[in-house]
Amino acid sequence: MSGTSHTRNPFTQVEIPAVGVTVEHLTKNFGSLKVLKDVSFAVQPGEIFVLMGPSGSGKSVLLKHIVGLELPTSGRVTVDGHDAASEVTRERVHMALVFQSGALFNSLSVYDNLALYPREHRLADEAGIRQKVMHALKILSLEGTAKKFPADLSGGMKKRVAIARALVMEPQLMLYDEPTSELDPVMSATISEIIASLREEYRVTTIVVSHDRDLALNIADRVGILMDGKLIFLGPPSELKQPKDPIVADFLAPKFDLKHPRFKQLET
Amino acid sequence: MKQITAILEGFGSTLQLLIRSIGYAGTLPRQWGRFIEQCYMIGYTTLPIVAILSFFIGSVLALQAGYSMQNFGTQQFIGSLVGLSMARELGPVMVAILVAGRVGSAIAAELASMKVYQEVDALVTMNIPPARMLVMPRLAASLVMVPVLALIGDLVGWFGGALVSKYTAIISIEPEAYFAVLRHYTHFKDVLNGLVKAEIFGFVVVLVCCNIGLNTRGGPREIGASVTRAVVVSLILILVLDYFVTQILT
Ligand SMILES: Nc1ncnc2c1ncn2[C@@H]1O[C@H](COP(=O)(O)OP(=O)(O)O)[C@@H](O)[C@H]1O
Ligand SMILES: [Mg+2]
Repeated sequence: MSGTSHTRNPFTQVEIPAVGVTVEHLTKNFGSLKVLKDVSFAVQPGEIFVLMGPSGSGKSVLLKHIVGLELPTSGRVTVDGHDAASEVTRERVHMALVFQSGALFNSLSVYDNLALYPREHRLADEAGIRQKVMHALKILSLEGTAKKFPADLSGGMKKRVAIARALVMEPQLMLYDEPTSELDPVMSATISEIIASLREEYRVTTIVVSHDRDLALNIADRVGILMDGKLIFLGPPSELKQPKDPIVADFLAPKFDLKHPRFKQLET
Repeated sequence: MKQITAILEGFGSTLQLLIRSIGYAGTLPRQWGRFIEQCYMIGYTTLPIVAILSFFIGSVLALQAGYSMQNFGTQQFIGSLVGLSMARELGPVMVAILVAGRVGSAIAAELASMKVYQEVDALVTMNIPPARMLVMPRLAASLVMVPVLALIGDLVGWFGGALVSKYTAIISIEPEAYFAVLRHYTHFKDVLNGLVKAEIFGFVVVLVCCNIGLNTRGGPREIGASVTRAVVVSLILILVLDYFVTQILT
Protein backbone atom coordinates (compact mmCIF):
# COMPACT_ATOMS: atom_id res chain seq x y z
CA MET A 1 0.00 0.00 0.00
CA SER A 2 2.59 2.57 -1.03
CA GLY A 3 2.30 5.65 -3.22
CA THR A 4 3.42 3.60 -6.20
CA SER A 5 0.12 1.72 -6.39
CA HIS A 6 -1.56 1.87 -9.82
CA THR A 7 -5.19 1.44 -10.82
CA ARG A 8 -5.80 -0.66 -13.91
CA ASN A 9 -8.65 0.25 -16.25
CA PRO A 10 -10.91 -2.83 -16.56
CA PHE A 11 -11.57 -2.14 -20.27
CA THR A 12 -8.35 -0.75 -21.69
CA GLN A 13 -5.95 -2.29 -19.13
CA VAL A 14 -4.17 1.08 -19.01
CA GLU A 15 -2.59 1.78 -15.63
CA ILE A 16 -2.69 5.14 -13.88
CA PRO A 17 -1.57 6.11 -10.36
CA ALA A 18 -4.19 5.19 -7.75
CA VAL A 19 -5.84 8.05 -5.87
CA GLY A 20 -5.98 8.71 -2.14
CA VAL A 21 -8.63 10.45 -0.07
CA THR A 22 -8.15 12.70 2.95
CA VAL A 23 -10.79 13.88 5.36
CA GLU A 24 -9.56 16.79 7.48
CA HIS A 25 -11.50 18.03 10.51
CA LEU A 26 -14.77 17.45 8.70
CA THR A 27 -17.80 18.85 10.51
CA LYS A 28 -21.31 18.79 9.12
CA ASN A 29 -24.49 20.24 10.59
CA PHE A 30 -27.98 20.07 9.16
CA GLY A 31 -29.56 23.05 10.88
CA SER A 32 -29.13 22.34 14.57
CA LEU A 33 -28.41 18.64 13.98
CA LYS A 34 -24.70 17.93 14.33
CA VAL A 35 -24.04 14.89 12.15
CA LEU A 36 -20.25 14.85 11.74
CA LYS A 37 -17.97 16.22 14.45
CA ASP A 38 -14.36 16.93 13.52
CA VAL A 39 -13.68 13.69 11.63
CA SER A 40 -10.18 13.16 10.21
CA PHE A 41 -8.63 10.21 8.44
CA ALA A 42 -6.83 9.35 5.23
CA VAL A 43 -7.41 6.54 2.76
CA GLN A 44 -4.24 5.38 1.00
CA PRO A 45 -4.17 4.83 -2.76
CA GLY A 46 -5.26 1.30 -3.60
CA GLU A 47 -6.45 0.27 -0.15
CA ILE A 48 -9.83 -0.96 1.04
CA PHE A 49 -11.05 1.24 3.85
CA VAL A 50 -14.14 0.05 5.69
CA LEU A 51 -16.13 2.60 7.64
CA MET A 52 -18.36 1.04 10.28
CA GLY A 53 -20.83 2.48 12.74
CA PRO A 54 -24.40 2.25 13.94
CA SER A 55 -27.33 3.50 11.86
CA GLY A 56 -27.65 7.25 11.87
CA SER A 57 -24.03 7.83 12.86
CA GLY A 58 -23.38 9.83 9.69
CA LYS A 59 -21.70 7.26 7.42
CA SER A 60 -23.75 8.02 4.31
CA VAL A 61 -23.36 11.74 4.89
CA LEU A 62 -19.60 11.25 5.02
CA LEU A 63 -19.62 9.34 1.72
CA LYS A 64 -21.66 12.09 0.11
CA HIS A 65 -18.96 14.58 1.09
CA ILE A 66 -16.35 12.50 -0.71
CA VAL A 67 -18.33 12.49 -3.98
CA GLY A 68 -19.27 16.15 -3.57
CA LEU A 69 -23.01 15.68 -3.05
CA GLU A 70 -22.78 17.48 0.32
CA LEU A 71 -20.61 20.43 1.27
CA PRO A 72 -18.76 20.55 4.63
CA THR A 73 -19.93 22.96 7.31
CA SER A 74 -16.22 23.19 8.15
CA GLY A 75 -13.16 21.14 7.37
CA ARG A 76 -12.09 19.71 4.06
CA VAL A 77 -12.22 16.55 2.00
CA THR A 78 -9.72 15.95 -0.78
CA VAL A 79 -9.58 13.31 -3.49
CA ASP A 80 -6.20 12.87 -5.14
CA GLY A 81 -5.25 16.20 -3.58
CA HIS A 82 -8.20 18.12 -5.06
CA ASP A 83 -11.06 19.59 -3.06
CA ALA A 84 -13.96 17.13 -3.23
CA ALA A 85 -16.48 19.98 -3.06
CA SER A 86 -15.33 21.33 -6.42
CA GLU A 87 -17.10 20.18 -9.55
CA VAL A 88 -13.82 20.05 -11.43
CA THR A 89 -12.64 17.22 -9.18
CA ARG A 90 -15.50 15.05 -10.34
CA GLU A 91 -14.36 15.56 -13.93
CA ARG A 92 -10.71 14.92 -13.13
CA VAL A 93 -11.04 11.86 -10.91
CA HIS A 94 -13.44 9.09 -11.82
CA MET A 95 -15.41 8.31 -8.68
CA ALA A 96 -18.27 5.88 -8.55
CA LEU A 97 -20.68 5.60 -5.65
CA VAL A 98 -22.72 2.43 -5.29
CA PHE A 99 -25.78 3.68 -3.44
CA GLN A 100 -27.33 1.69 -0.61
CA SER A 101 -30.57 1.39 -2.57
CA GLY A 102 -28.69 0.79 -5.81
CA ALA A 103 -30.27 3.94 -7.26
CA LEU A 104 -30.70 2.20 -10.60
CA PHE A 105 -32.73 4.15 -13.16
CA ASN A 106 -36.05 2.40 -12.90
CA SER A 107 -37.28 3.52 -16.30
CA LEU A 108 -34.22 2.07 -18.07
CA SER A 109 -33.25 -1.54 -18.73
CA VAL A 110 -30.11 -2.92 -17.10
CA TYR A 111 -28.27 -2.46 -20.39
CA ASP A 112 -29.33 1.18 -20.69
CA ASN A 113 -28.48 1.80 -17.04
CA LEU A 114 -24.90 0.78 -17.78
CA ALA A 115 -24.79 2.49 -21.17
CA LEU A 116 -26.01 5.85 -19.89
CA TYR A 117 -22.65 7.11 -18.65
CA PRO A 118 -20.62 6.38 -21.81
CA ARG A 119 -23.47 7.60 -24.00
CA GLU A 120 -23.92 10.90 -22.16
CA HIS A 121 -20.20 11.55 -22.15
CA ARG A 122 -19.82 10.28 -25.73
CA LEU A 123 -16.96 7.99 -24.79
CA ALA A 124 -17.48 5.52 -27.63
CA ASP A 125 -19.80 4.66 -30.51
CA GLU A 126 -22.72 2.27 -29.90
CA ALA A 127 -20.61 -0.77 -30.81
CA GLY A 128 -17.89 0.28 -28.41
CA ILE A 129 -20.42 0.97 -25.69
CA ARG A 130 -22.05 -2.42 -26.23
CA GLN A 131 -18.71 -4.13 -25.85
CA LYS A 132 -17.98 -2.23 -22.67
CA VAL A 133 -21.38 -2.80 -21.11
CA MET A 134 -21.35 -6.51 -21.88
CA HIS A 135 -17.82 -6.78 -20.48
CA ALA A 136 -18.88 -5.06 -17.24
CA LEU A 137 -21.90 -7.36 -16.98
CA LYS A 138 -19.65 -10.35 -17.57
CA ILE A 139 -17.25 -9.32 -14.79
CA LEU A 140 -20.20 -9.56 -12.40
CA SER A 141 -21.77 -12.64 -14.07
CA LEU A 142 -24.85 -10.70 -15.10
CA GLU A 143 -24.92 -11.34 -18.86
CA GLY A 144 -28.46 -12.70 -18.68
CA THR A 145 -29.96 -9.57 -17.16
CA ALA A 146 -29.15 -7.02 -19.88
CA LYS A 147 -32.71 -6.75 -21.14
CA LYS A 148 -34.39 -6.85 -17.72
CA PHE A 149 -35.67 -3.84 -15.78
CA PRO A 150 -34.53 -3.04 -12.23
CA ALA A 151 -37.98 -3.88 -10.82
CA ASP A 152 -37.58 -7.47 -12.06
CA LEU A 153 -34.29 -8.09 -10.22
CA SER A 154 -33.67 -9.59 -6.80
CA GLY A 155 -31.93 -7.51 -4.11
CA GLY A 156 -28.55 -9.14 -4.67
CA MET A 157 -28.77 -8.72 -8.44
CA LYS A 158 -29.66 -5.04 -8.08
CA LYS A 159 -26.53 -4.53 -5.99
CA ARG A 160 -24.44 -6.31 -8.62
CA VAL A 161 -25.96 -4.24 -11.42
CA ALA A 162 -25.21 -1.10 -9.42
CA ILE A 163 -21.60 -2.25 -9.07
CA ALA A 164 -21.42 -3.05 -12.79
CA ARG A 165 -22.79 0.40 -13.60
CA ALA A 166 -20.09 1.90 -11.40
CA LEU A 167 -17.40 -0.17 -13.19
CA VAL A 168 -18.42 1.24 -16.56
CA MET A 169 -17.31 4.62 -15.26
CA GLU A 170 -13.74 3.23 -15.15
CA PRO A 171 -13.45 4.38 -11.54
CA GLN A 172 -10.25 5.27 -9.76
CA LEU A 173 -12.22 5.44 -6.54
CA MET A 174 -15.08 3.09 -5.67
CA LEU A 175 -17.42 3.93 -2.82
CA TYR A 176 -19.98 1.48 -1.53
CA ASP A 177 -22.80 2.43 0.82
CA GLU A 178 -23.87 -0.62 2.84
CA PRO A 179 -23.42 -3.03 -0.07
CA THR A 180 -24.39 -6.10 1.99
CA SER A 181 -27.30 -4.79 4.03
CA GLU A 182 -30.63 -6.47 3.29
CA LEU A 183 -28.84 -9.48 1.78
CA ASP A 184 -28.66 -13.03 3.07
CA PRO A 185 -25.28 -14.22 4.46
CA VAL A 186 -24.22 -16.05 1.28
CA MET A 187 -25.08 -13.12 -0.95
CA SER A 188 -23.28 -10.80 1.50
CA ALA A 189 -20.17 -12.94 1.19
CA THR A 190 -20.51 -12.87 -2.59
CA ILE A 191 -20.65 -9.07 -2.65
CA SER A 192 -17.68 -8.87 -0.27
CA GLU A 193 -15.74 -11.13 -2.63
CA ILE A 194 -16.67 -8.93 -5.57
CA ILE A 195 -15.44 -5.81 -3.77
CA ALA A 196 -12.20 -7.50 -2.81
CA SER A 197 -11.57 -9.00 -6.23
CA LEU A 198 -12.24 -5.72 -8.03
CA ARG A 199 -9.57 -4.21 -5.85
CA GLU A 200 -7.20 -7.13 -6.45
CA GLU A 201 -7.61 -7.05 -10.22
CA TYR A 202 -7.83 -3.33 -10.86
CA ARG A 203 -6.30 -1.96 -7.65
CA VAL A 204 -8.98 0.66 -7.39
CA THR A 205 -9.06 2.62 -4.13
CA THR A 206 -12.12 1.44 -2.24
CA ILE A 207 -14.17 2.86 0.63
CA VAL A 208 -16.93 0.66 2.00
CA VAL A 209 -19.53 1.85 4.47
CA SER A 210 -20.96 -1.13 6.24
CA HIS A 211 -21.87 -2.56 9.60
CA ASP A 212 -21.15 -6.02 8.30
CA ARG A 213 -18.48 -7.34 10.68
CA ASP A 214 -17.52 -10.27 8.42
CA LEU A 215 -16.96 -7.98 5.49
CA ALA A 216 -14.73 -5.69 7.55
CA LEU A 217 -12.67 -8.50 9.06
CA ASN A 218 -12.23 -10.32 5.74
CA ILE A 219 -11.52 -7.67 3.15
CA ALA A 220 -10.52 -4.43 4.91
CA ASP A 221 -6.98 -3.12 4.96
CA ARG A 222 -8.04 -0.60 7.59
CA VAL A 223 -11.23 0.07 9.48
CA GLY A 224 -12.73 3.24 10.93
CA ILE A 225 -15.64 3.25 13.33
CA LEU A 226 -17.92 6.25 13.41
CA MET A 227 -20.20 6.75 16.38
CA ASP A 228 -22.36 9.79 17.00
CA GLY A 229 -20.47 11.66 14.30
CA LYS A 230 -17.06 11.01 15.86
CA LEU A 231 -14.37 8.61 14.71
CA ILE A 232 -13.80 6.38 17.73
CA PHE A 233 -11.54 3.77 16.13
CA LEU A 234 -9.04 3.76 13.29
CA GLY A 235 -6.77 0.82 12.61
CA PRO A 236 -6.25 -2.57 10.95
CA PRO A 237 -9.06 -5.13 11.26
CA SER A 238 -6.81 -7.40 13.34
CA GLU A 239 -7.15 -4.91 16.20
CA LEU A 240 -10.90 -5.44 16.11
CA LYS A 241 -10.62 -9.08 17.14
CA GLN A 242 -9.84 -8.10 20.75
CA PRO A 243 -10.84 -4.42 20.92
CA LYS A 244 -9.60 -2.51 23.98
CA ASP A 245 -12.34 0.10 23.91
CA PRO A 246 -15.50 -1.31 25.55
CA ILE A 247 -17.74 0.78 23.29
CA VAL A 248 -16.10 -0.69 20.19
CA ALA A 249 -16.34 -4.18 21.67
CA ASP A 250 -20.03 -3.74 22.39
CA PHE A 251 -20.70 -2.41 18.88
CA LEU A 252 -19.01 -5.36 17.20
CA ALA A 253 -20.32 -8.10 19.49
CA PRO A 254 -23.28 -6.78 21.44
CA LYS A 255 -24.12 -8.87 24.50
CA PHE A 256 -27.71 -9.88 25.02
CA ASP A 257 -28.99 -8.97 28.45
CA LEU A 258 -32.68 -9.56 28.81
CA LYS A 259 -32.71 -8.31 32.41
CA HIS A 260 -31.46 -4.87 31.38
CA PRO A 261 -32.43 -4.59 27.70
CA ARG A 262 -30.81 -1.83 25.72
CA PHE A 263 -34.03 -0.44 24.30
CA LYS A 264 -35.23 0.45 27.78
CA GLN A 265 -32.12 2.56 28.37
CA LEU A 266 -32.48 4.56 25.17
CA GLU A 267 -33.24 8.21 25.57
CA THR A 268 -35.92 9.39 23.23
CA MET B 1 -42.88 35.04 7.13
CA LYS B 2 -41.92 31.40 6.61
CA GLN B 3 -44.26 31.16 3.62
CA ILE B 4 -42.74 34.26 2.07
CA THR B 5 -39.20 32.86 2.30
CA ALA B 6 -40.48 29.57 0.84
CA ILE B 7 -42.06 31.39 -2.10
CA LEU B 8 -38.91 33.44 -2.71
CA GLU B 9 -36.76 30.32 -2.47
CA GLY B 10 -39.02 28.53 -4.93
CA PHE B 11 -38.84 31.46 -7.30
CA GLY B 12 -35.06 31.59 -7.00
CA SER B 13 -34.49 27.90 -7.56
CA THR B 14 -36.91 27.89 -10.52
CA LEU B 15 -35.00 30.75 -12.11
CA GLN B 16 -31.70 28.94 -11.55
CA LEU B 17 -33.08 25.79 -13.13
CA LEU B 18 -34.32 27.83 -16.10
CA ILE B 19 -30.93 29.42 -16.67
CA ARG B 20 -29.13 26.10 -16.38
CA SER B 21 -31.56 24.38 -18.74
CA ILE B 22 -31.28 27.12 -21.34
CA GLY B 23 -27.52 26.67 -21.14
CA TYR B 24 -27.99 23.07 -22.30
CA ALA B 25 -30.24 23.99 -25.25
CA GLY B 26 -27.34 23.19 -27.57
CA THR B 27 -27.48 19.52 -26.58
CA LEU B 28 -30.98 19.15 -28.04
CA PRO B 29 -29.88 17.50 -31.30
CA ARG B 30 -28.15 14.67 -29.48
CA GLN B 31 -31.06 14.28 -27.07
CA TRP B 32 -33.47 14.01 -29.97
CA GLY B 33 -34.90 10.72 -28.74
CA ARG B 34 -35.79 12.17 -25.34
CA PHE B 35 -37.26 15.26 -26.97
CA ILE B 36 -39.54 13.20 -29.20
CA GLU B 37 -40.56 11.04 -26.25
CA GLN B 38 -41.54 14.15 -24.28
CA CYS B 39 -43.41 15.60 -27.27
CA TYR B 40 -45.37 12.40 -27.36
CA MET B 41 -46.01 12.56 -23.60
CA ILE B 42 -47.19 16.17 -23.70
CA GLY B 43 -49.00 16.14 -27.01
CA TYR B 44 -50.44 12.77 -27.68
CA THR B 45 -51.59 11.91 -24.16
CA THR B 46 -53.23 15.30 -23.61
CA LEU B 47 -54.90 15.56 -27.01
CA PRO B 48 -58.09 13.53 -26.36
CA ILE B 49 -58.99 15.41 -23.19
CA VAL B 50 -58.18 18.77 -24.82
CA ALA B 51 -60.49 17.88 -27.70
CA ILE B 52 -63.36 16.78 -25.48
CA LEU B 53 -63.15 19.80 -23.19
CA SER B 54 -62.77 22.29 -26.03
CA PHE B 55 -65.76 20.86 -27.79
CA PHE B 56 -67.97 21.34 -24.76
CA ILE B 57 -66.59 24.75 -23.88
CA GLY B 58 -67.31 25.96 -27.41
CA SER B 59 -70.78 24.44 -27.19
CA VAL B 60 -71.57 26.04 -23.84
CA LEU B 61 -70.29 29.40 -25.03
CA ALA B 62 -72.65 29.27 -28.01
CA LEU B 63 -75.53 28.16 -25.85
CA GLN B 64 -75.07 30.89 -23.24
CA ALA B 65 -74.51 33.53 -25.91
CA GLY B 66 -77.62 32.39 -27.75
CA TYR B 67 -79.64 32.58 -24.55
CA SER B 68 -78.58 36.13 -23.72
CA MET B 69 -78.49 37.40 -27.30
CA GLN B 70 -82.02 36.31 -28.17
CA ASN B 71 -83.26 39.29 -26.14
CA PHE B 72 -81.60 41.58 -28.63
CA GLY B 73 -82.04 39.47 -31.71
CA THR B 74 -78.28 39.46 -32.28
CA GLN B 75 -77.82 35.69 -32.54
CA GLN B 76 -76.03 36.02 -35.86
CA PHE B 77 -72.99 37.40 -34.01
CA ILE B 78 -72.49 34.25 -31.94
CA GLY B 79 -69.64 33.19 -34.23
CA SER B 80 -67.60 36.24 -33.27
CA LEU B 81 -68.15 35.68 -29.56
CA VAL B 82 -67.21 32.01 -29.62
CA GLY B 83 -64.34 32.67 -32.02
CA LEU B 84 -62.72 35.41 -29.96
CA SER B 85 -63.32 33.96 -26.48
CA MET B 86 -61.98 30.59 -27.51
CA ALA B 87 -58.92 31.93 -29.31
CA ARG B 88 -57.90 34.69 -26.92
CA GLU B 89 -58.80 33.34 -23.51
CA LEU B 90 -60.53 30.04 -22.94
CA GLY B 91 -58.48 27.95 -25.36
CA PRO B 92 -55.05 28.78 -23.95
CA VAL B 93 -56.10 28.84 -20.29
CA MET B 94 -57.94 25.56 -20.55
CA VAL B 95 -55.07 23.84 -22.36
CA ALA B 96 -52.65 25.15 -19.74
CA ILE B 97 -54.84 23.80 -16.94
CA LEU B 98 -55.05 20.42 -18.65
CA VAL B 99 -51.31 20.37 -19.20
CA ALA B 100 -50.82 21.14 -15.50
CA GLY B 101 -53.15 18.31 -14.46
CA ARG B 102 -52.09 15.72 -17.00
CA VAL B 103 -48.44 16.48 -17.77
CA GLY B 104 -47.23 18.64 -14.87
CA SER B 105 -48.41 16.16 -12.27
CA ALA B 106 -46.73 13.28 -14.13
CA ILE B 107 -43.47 15.21 -14.42
CA ALA B 108 -43.50 16.13 -10.73
CA ALA B 109 -44.23 12.53 -9.76
CA GLU B 110 -41.50 11.09 -11.97
CA LEU B 111 -38.79 13.54 -10.95
CA ALA B 112 -39.79 13.43 -7.27
CA SER B 113 -39.53 9.66 -7.31
CA MET B 114 -36.14 9.84 -9.05
CA LYS B 115 -35.01 12.27 -6.36
CA VAL B 116 -36.33 10.25 -3.42
CA TYR B 117 -34.85 7.01 -4.75
CA GLN B 118 -31.49 8.76 -5.27
CA GLU B 119 -31.52 8.40 -9.04
CA VAL B 120 -30.90 12.14 -9.30
CA ASP B 121 -27.93 11.86 -6.92
CA ALA B 122 -26.64 9.00 -9.07
CA LEU B 123 -26.83 11.25 -12.15
CA VAL B 124 -24.88 13.97 -10.35
CA THR B 125 -22.14 11.54 -9.31
CA MET B 126 -22.00 10.39 -12.95
CA ASN B 127 -21.43 14.01 -13.96
CA ILE B 128 -24.70 14.08 -15.90
CA PRO B 129 -26.52 17.32 -14.98
CA PRO B 130 -30.22 16.63 -14.26
CA ALA B 131 -31.10 19.96 -15.89
CA ARG B 132 -29.62 18.70 -19.14
CA MET B 133 -31.08 15.23 -19.24
CA LEU B 134 -34.36 15.62 -17.36
CA VAL B 135 -35.46 19.24 -17.73
CA MET B 136 -34.24 20.64 -21.03
CA PRO B 137 -35.96 18.08 -23.33
CA ARG B 138 -39.24 18.58 -21.45
CA LEU B 139 -39.08 22.36 -21.76
CA ALA B 140 -38.30 22.11 -25.47
CA ALA B 141 -41.18 19.70 -25.98
CA SER B 142 -43.58 22.03 -24.16
CA LEU B 143 -42.60 24.90 -26.46
CA VAL B 144 -43.46 22.82 -29.50
CA MET B 145 -46.51 20.92 -28.32
CA VAL B 146 -48.57 23.26 -26.14
CA PRO B 147 -49.35 25.77 -28.93
CA VAL B 148 -50.32 22.86 -31.16
CA LEU B 149 -52.71 21.64 -28.46
CA ALA B 150 -54.13 25.15 -28.06
CA LEU B 151 -54.71 25.47 -31.81
CA ILE B 152 -56.51 22.14 -31.93
CA GLY B 153 -58.55 23.28 -28.91
CA ASP B 154 -59.56 26.47 -30.74
CA LEU B 155 -60.66 24.57 -33.85
CA VAL B 156 -62.64 21.94 -31.95
CA GLY B 157 -64.26 24.61 -29.76
CA TRP B 158 -65.35 26.63 -32.78
CA PHE B 159 -66.76 23.50 -34.32
CA GLY B 160 -68.69 22.73 -31.11
CA GLY B 161 -70.15 26.25 -31.19
CA ALA B 162 -71.21 25.76 -34.80
CA LEU B 163 -73.02 22.51 -34.02
CA VAL B 164 -74.89 24.04 -31.09
CA SER B 165 -75.79 27.11 -33.14
CA LYS B 166 -77.35 24.97 -35.85
CA TYR B 167 -79.31 22.57 -33.68
CA THR B 168 -80.51 24.84 -30.86
CA ALA B 169 -84.00 26.20 -31.49
CA ILE B 170 -83.40 29.68 -30.04
CA ILE B 171 -80.30 30.16 -32.24
CA SER B 172 -80.78 28.19 -35.48
CA ILE B 173 -77.86 29.58 -37.45
CA GLU B 174 -76.38 27.66 -40.38
CA PRO B 175 -72.65 26.81 -40.02
CA GLU B 176 -71.82 28.85 -43.14
CA ALA B 177 -73.21 32.01 -41.52
CA TYR B 178 -71.62 31.16 -38.17
CA PHE B 179 -68.16 30.69 -39.64
CA ALA B 180 -68.50 33.74 -41.88
CA VAL B 181 -69.03 35.94 -38.81
CA LEU B 182 -66.35 34.08 -36.88
CA ARG B 183 -63.81 34.64 -39.66
CA HIS B 184 -64.76 38.27 -40.01
CA TYR B 185 -64.25 39.16 -36.37
CA THR B 186 -61.53 36.70 -35.31
CA HIS B 187 -58.23 37.75 -36.79
CA PHE B 188 -55.03 35.82 -37.17
CA LYS B 189 -53.61 38.19 -34.55
CA ASP B 190 -56.17 36.99 -31.98
CA VAL B 191 -55.33 33.35 -32.59
CA LEU B 192 -51.61 34.07 -32.40
CA ASN B 193 -52.15 36.02 -29.21
CA GLY B 194 -53.77 32.93 -27.67
CA LEU B 195 -51.05 30.59 -28.88
CA VAL B 196 -48.35 32.81 -27.35
CA LYS B 197 -50.27 32.72 -24.08
CA ALA B 198 -50.54 28.95 -24.21
CA GLU B 199 -46.83 28.72 -24.97
CA ILE B 200 -45.93 30.85 -21.95
CA PHE B 201 -48.29 29.00 -19.61
CA GLY B 202 -47.19 25.56 -20.79
CA PHE B 203 -43.50 26.43 -20.46
CA VAL B 204 -43.95 27.84 -16.96
CA VAL B 205 -46.02 24.85 -15.85
CA VAL B 206 -43.41 22.34 -17.06
CA LEU B 207 -40.54 24.36 -15.55
CA VAL B 208 -42.25 24.74 -12.18
CA CYS B 209 -43.25 21.08 -12.03
CA CYS B 210 -39.69 19.99 -12.89
CA ASN B 211 -38.30 22.22 -10.16
CA ILE B 212 -40.74 21.04 -7.51
CA GLY B 213 -40.08 17.41 -8.43
CA LEU B 214 -36.30 17.82 -8.29
CA ASN B 215 -36.48 19.64 -4.95
CA THR B 216 -38.37 16.87 -3.21
CA ARG B 217 -36.75 15.90 0.09
CA GLY B 218 -37.44 13.02 2.42
CA GLY B 219 -39.13 9.69 1.86
CA PRO B 220 -41.62 8.25 -0.62
CA ARG B 221 -44.48 10.00 1.16
CA GLU B 222 -43.11 13.32 -0.11
CA ILE B 223 -43.70 12.28 -3.74
CA GLY B 224 -47.44 12.72 -3.33
CA ALA B 225 -46.98 16.02 -1.54
CA SER B 226 -44.78 17.27 -4.39
CA VAL B 227 -47.36 16.33 -7.00
CA THR B 228 -50.09 18.20 -5.15
CA ARG B 229 -47.86 21.22 -4.69
CA ALA B 230 -46.84 21.17 -8.35
CA VAL B 231 -50.44 21.18 -9.58
CA VAL B 232 -51.63 23.84 -7.13
CA VAL B 233 -48.71 26.16 -7.84
CA SER B 234 -49.21 25.63 -11.59
CA LEU B 235 -52.90 26.53 -11.44
CA ILE B 236 -52.26 29.67 -9.40
CA LEU B 237 -49.46 30.74 -11.74
CA ILE B 238 -51.62 30.20 -14.83
CA LEU B 239 -54.36 32.49 -13.54
CA VAL B 240 -51.99 35.16 -12.22
CA LEU B 241 -49.87 35.10 -15.37
CA ASP B 242 -53.04 35.21 -17.48
CA TYR B 243 -53.90 38.62 -16.11
CA PHE B 244 -50.48 40.11 -16.75
CA VAL B 245 -49.88 38.46 -20.11
CA THR B 246 -53.32 39.60 -21.32
CA GLN B 247 -52.49 43.15 -20.26
CA ILE B 248 -49.18 43.08 -22.06
CA LEU B 249 -50.51 41.45 -25.23
CA THR B 250 -53.52 43.75 -25.74
N1 LIG C 1 -30.08 16.01 3.87
C1 LIG C 1 -30.26 15.85 5.20
N2 LIG C 1 -30.93 16.79 5.91
C2 LIG C 1 -31.09 16.66 7.24
N3 LIG C 1 -30.64 15.63 7.96
C3 LIG C 1 -29.95 14.66 7.33
C4 LIG C 1 -29.74 14.72 5.91
N4 LIG C 1 -29.03 13.62 5.54
C5 LIG C 1 -28.84 12.91 6.68
N5 LIG C 1 -29.38 13.52 7.75
C6 LIG C 1 -29.32 13.06 9.14
O1 LIG C 1 -27.98 12.78 9.44
C7 LIG C 1 -27.90 11.67 10.32
C8 LIG C 1 -26.93 10.65 9.75
O2 LIG C 1 -27.48 10.09 8.58
P1 LIG C 1 -26.73 8.99 7.70
O3 LIG C 1 -25.39 9.48 7.32
O4 LIG C 1 -27.66 8.62 6.61
O5 LIG C 1 -26.58 7.78 8.72
P2 LIG C 1 -25.98 6.35 8.43
O6 LIG C 1 -24.75 6.27 9.28
O7 LIG C 1 -26.99 5.36 8.88
O8 LIG C 1 -25.68 6.25 6.98
C9 LIG C 1 -29.30 11.14 10.49
O9 LIG C 1 -29.78 11.60 11.71
C10 LIG C 1 -30.06 11.76 9.35
O10 LIG C 1 -31.40 11.98 9.72
MG1 LIG D 1 -26.59 5.12 5.49
